[in-house]
Amino acid sequence: MAWSPDMNTESPEPLCDASGSLPEQTVSREVVVVNAAGLHARPADLLAREARKWRSRIELVNESQRADGKSILELLTLAAESGTRLVVEATGPDAREALEAIGGLFERRFNEHDDRQDS
Amino acid sequence: MKFSDFVAPEAIRSHVQASSKEGVIREMAQALVDAGKIAPGDLEGIVKAILKREDLGSTGIGRGVAVPHTKHPSVSKLVGTVAVSRDGIDFQSLDGDPVQLFFLLVSPPDRPGDHLRALENISRQLRDDGFCRMLKAAKEPVDIQHLLEEADSHGVVS
Repeated sequence: MAWSPDMNTESPEPLCDASGSLPEQTVSREVVVVNAAGLHARPADLLAREARKWRSRIELVNESQRADGKSILELLTLAAESGTRLVVEATGPDAREALEAIGGLFERRFNEHDDRQDS
Repeated sequence: MKFSDFVAPEAIRSHVQASSKEGVIREMAQALVDAGKIAPGDLEGIVKAILKREDLGSTGIGRGVAVPHTKHPSVSKLVGTVAVSRDGIDFQSLDGDPVQLFFLLVSPPDRPGDHLRALENISRQLRDDGFCRMLKAAKEPVDIQHLLEEADSHGVVS
């Protein structure tokens, strides 16, 4: 259920251009909501807090719906139940690191240790 | 899910008296008791459970909005209410701003999907700044009820 590296799409290695600024790169990966309660307020809070640590723009995509990863309100509009597959996209100078950190939150089930399998 | 699926109109409060986090949660839970949505004997347990949830991280989600909530075995369907504080209440919100608009939810433990859909509805509707502002400025509970009905009939039903 975790991601596989070949699912990543990346632009070429970032190189400094003449002005010295890093070009933007977009990377993405699939994540699965595995905690039983889904992407409710607390996971959305953890996710937005993590996303705000990075300079890159971070978006979560649920089929046709996109949400700003740095906004709890937007994340909650995804109403992602347990089992939902989402795509995380990061664009910016620290996109890869951001993607890894956010993927880790999903993998760690947002630190929720469910005692039920009822969803 | 629509607001009318979970908001008890008789429990809506347009001017909460409380000035603290615990106070507003207690006032809203009491409003649900008065509306017959939760049993008086469950009040204390529900208030404590909501406060315990707040200890894990504030449900003040920004924009002057908070969604205090808990699961509780005493309810068979999702129940909730809305309250407005004129002055705003320190809720240890994520953006640090005082909270004026509260949506309190109590859901059955075995229905995480309903809770998610209620959160989805609240957060989607509140992206509309005008809607947010009008709710905070509502003079009477019935004004809030009408605003929610309007959002229900114009919004996308999910």
